Parts: sequence; structure tokens; C-alpha cells
Amino acid sequence: MSLALPAPDIARALIRISHEILERNSGSANITLLGIPTRGAHLAKRIASAIESIEGTSVQMGTLDITLHRDDLRLRAPRPLMPTVIPSLGVEGRDVVLVDDVLFSGRTIRAALDALGEIGRPKSVQLAVLVDRGHRQLPIRADYVGKNLPTSIEQSVLVHLTELDGADEVLIEGSTT
Amino acid sequence: MKHLLSISDLSKAEAISILDTAQELARVSDGPMKKLPTLRGRTIVNLFAEDSTRTRISFEAAAKRLSADVINFSAKGSSISKGESLKDTAQTLQAMGADAVIIRHGASGAAQRLADSKWMSGSVINAGDGTHEHPSQALLDAFTVRKHLSKGANDLTGLRVAIVGDVLHSRVARSNVLLLSKLGAQVILVAPPTLLPVGIESWPCQISYDLDEVIPNVDAIMMLRIQLERMNELYFPNAREYSRYFGLNSDRIRAMKPEAIVMHPGPMNRGLEITADAADGARSVIVEQVTNGVSIRMAILYLLLAGNQEILEMGVSS
Repeated sequence: MSLALPAPDIARALIRISHEILERNSGSANITLLGIPTRGAHLAKRIASAIESIEGTSVQMGTLDITLHRDDLRLRAPRPLMPTVIPSLGVEGRDVVLVDDVLFSGRTIRAALDALGEIGRPKSVQLAVLVDRGHRQLPIRADYVGKNLPTSIEQSVLVHLTELDGADEVLIEGSTT
Repeated sequence: MKHLLSISDLSKAEAISILDTAQELARVSDGPMKKLPTLRGRTIVNLFAEDSTRTRISFEAAAKRLSADVINFSAKGSSISKGESLKDTAQTLQAMGADAVIIRHGASGAAQRLADSKWMSGSVINAGDGTHEHPSQALLDAFTVRKHLSKGANDLTGLRVAIVGDVLHSRVARSNVLLLSKLGAQVILVAPPTLLPVGIESWPCQISYDLDEVIPNVDAIMMLRIQLERMNELYFPNAREYSRYFGLNSDRIRAMKPEAIVMHPGPMNRGLEITADAADGARSVIVEQVTNGVSIRMAILYLLLAGNQEILEMGVSS
């Protein structure tokens, strides 16, 4: 197991992503951050507080559970549902930024786009991830990436966050060959 | 969990996971788009060998909101009325590729028989078997109680629930006693002695014959329907006497705790076990129970059908 991203790098990456989101959307007024549970929801919360400290105003933030829209439900054991919390202004006409920990096959994001479509019609949908590890199976890309981690398909990427795992770190498990 | 046959098969954690799942799914029902793709391509059969309005419609609505295909099958107008056995019916459904059968049957244990047999491979959901159990009703009742009274806790610890009336013929009462006590609530059955089943002492609940004594101390009161269609003997002198001693009326409503709620699994005999003003009053959550029933049944179908049960049974998790 090797350490790919230590805690200070994670903190810097999230600050940079927060600035990039603000730059691209000319401020936070029309932004709605939606974290994908569980770790994406915590990352969304951190990005929201970073944006609030940069801009000095609050930002719309919530969570979006995608379990019911997954295409691999039948391949796995039954999964518990996570909370979906849509902030007060909804998603209609908003610039929605989806936040997740790892971008891999792209299937989670496809499910998230479907889940979002059930709720309303955003003006735009953007994607922020802490780690992009490649191996996409769908035509999906991230707008904001904490770190690109080239990995082999046999490896797994583990994201640990203080809120759940006691420490911030990104680990790569398994060998490159 | 492959089948849902009785509350006694469920652990407390499983029961809470069904309630939590229903809580998330209720948000979908509140939203603008009520349909989810989750069970697309799955076939669910409603096999109702006994009359039902809300349970059948509720399961049908739940299945359709999850995009499953629903086949309705009732005793009247099917080969069951020509004397076809449960085995032949089940094998027919298997041959048609049913992923789940929701069964209501007049014989206690019918759902268990279907699940234990090798007649079909799908999931079996008990929607009421004789006077035995009605697990989905108990789950929706527990969901309703939790939503109104648990103050954010995920179980029902510390709450007192009275179940009043025809316990003898009620599968709802048995399932509710088991589930509510499993979730930490204290259950009090109130009924004339003639309407209590043999062996009631072994149920995890208290028993009272005096409704007026019980009413001021409970957080929820659940009125049971007097099941006239199952009554072949005389259990009480007449309807008016029953209403006077065991019916819920506006005087008894006034004696309840300020937060307490009134429930009824339906269909109601208005004027017998409950008066119209009690059934339609501010404390009544009877209509909401129906709404919650759809969410609970979506949760049951999701948990039984969406994932791959074999992976769970092999102990492999993601």
C-alpha cells in the first residue's frame, strides 16, 4: 500500500478546486454543490466551507444518493440507501457541481446525472473529484480534479477522510503490474 | 433476506433498515418524478386469494414506482376459483418468470409453504396469511409511529402503543405486537376476553380489558377492525355494547395525551370500533398510513429484489 496523497495535499487540492469553481462560475451565487454519499458528501461540505470563507457568503449545498439509479445493483448485495438532501433553492436553473471522491469507470456519475434529472433541470452540471484514477468506461470527464493518479486496473484507490476514517489520506493498494 | 414471511424472522437491525429505506423512498414519492428505474425488467405477481383493497393497490403502486412489471391475480376470475391448488398456481407463475410473488391467502402459513417449496424460485412476500401475520402492515404502522413520535430516534424505545379490538382474528395485531416490542415500544392489547386468542400470555405485551384506563397513558392507539366475515360465533352481545366498551369516540379522544395519534389499518367499520369524528379528527393518521404503506412496500421490494441475494448469502460484500 502506498500513500498517494497526504493530508496537506488533500487540503490544498480542495482549496484549489474551490477557487476553480468560483472562477469558472463567476462567484458562488448560482452554484449548488451536491456531494455523492458517503465521502463525496463530506468533500462537498469542505468545498462549501472553503467557498464561504473565500467569498464571505453561504453557498447552496446538499447530497445526492445515486443507489436507485445504479446499473450494477443486480451484481452486488442489496445496498442501504443514503440520504438525498436538496438545498432550499432546488436544482432548477442552477449550476450544479457534483462532488465525489474517486472518478473511475464513470458509472456512478452516469447514475448521478439520472438521479439529478428526476429532481429538476439544472442550467449546467459540473463534476469535481478528489482523485481521477482513469479507466473510464463511459464518455464522462471531470471539470475539477484534485489529482490525476495513473493506476493499473488491478489496483484499488482508497480515500480516507477524517470525518469517517480518522485521517485524511489517499492510498493505492496493490502492485502496478 | 430473500423472503418476507413474518415479523418473527426479522432482526431489529433488519426492521430498522426497512424503515430507514422507506424514509428515503418517501422523498421520491414526494418529488416531481415519482418513477425510479431500479426494478426495471423485474416481474412481480400480486397473488390475492382473499379480498383486499389497500394492500394490493399499495404493493402495485410501490412496484410500479420502481418500474417493475406487475401482474395482478385474484381468486375471483382466476383458476383458483376453479379449484386449482397453490402448487399448480405457483408452478404456473414460475413458468412465466415471476421474480417475486406477493401472496395474500386465507390459510395461515400459505406464504411459508410457498417459500419453503421448490415450486418457484422467486422471492415470496406475505401480504396476510389467515390469522397469522401481515408483516408489511406492521412495518408501515411502526414507520408511522416512528415518524410522529420517536423524536429522531431510529427505534420506538419508551413509547406505549395500545392495540384495541378483535385481536383473535387479526394478523395485523400479531405482527404489530412482535414488531413494536422488537423496536422497544411497550404494547398493550385491549379487548374483550372472547376476542383474545389462546396463548396470548406468551406474546410480548400487556393485556387490559378496560379501554378507559389505558387511553390516558398511551402515545398511539391502533384500532382493529371487527372481522365480521371471520366470526362464526357470538363474541360480544351486540354492536352497540361493543362500541360502548371498546369503541373509540370523541370522549375517549379527549382523554388521550396531547401528542397521541389514532391509527387504523383499514378498512374501518365506522360506528362500530371507531366513530366518524374519531376517524376523521386531527389526531387521526389513518390516511397517512396508506401513503406510508407505499413507501414501506417500495422499501421491501427494493431490499428483496434490487440486489443480488446470492452474494449476500455467500457473505461477500462490496
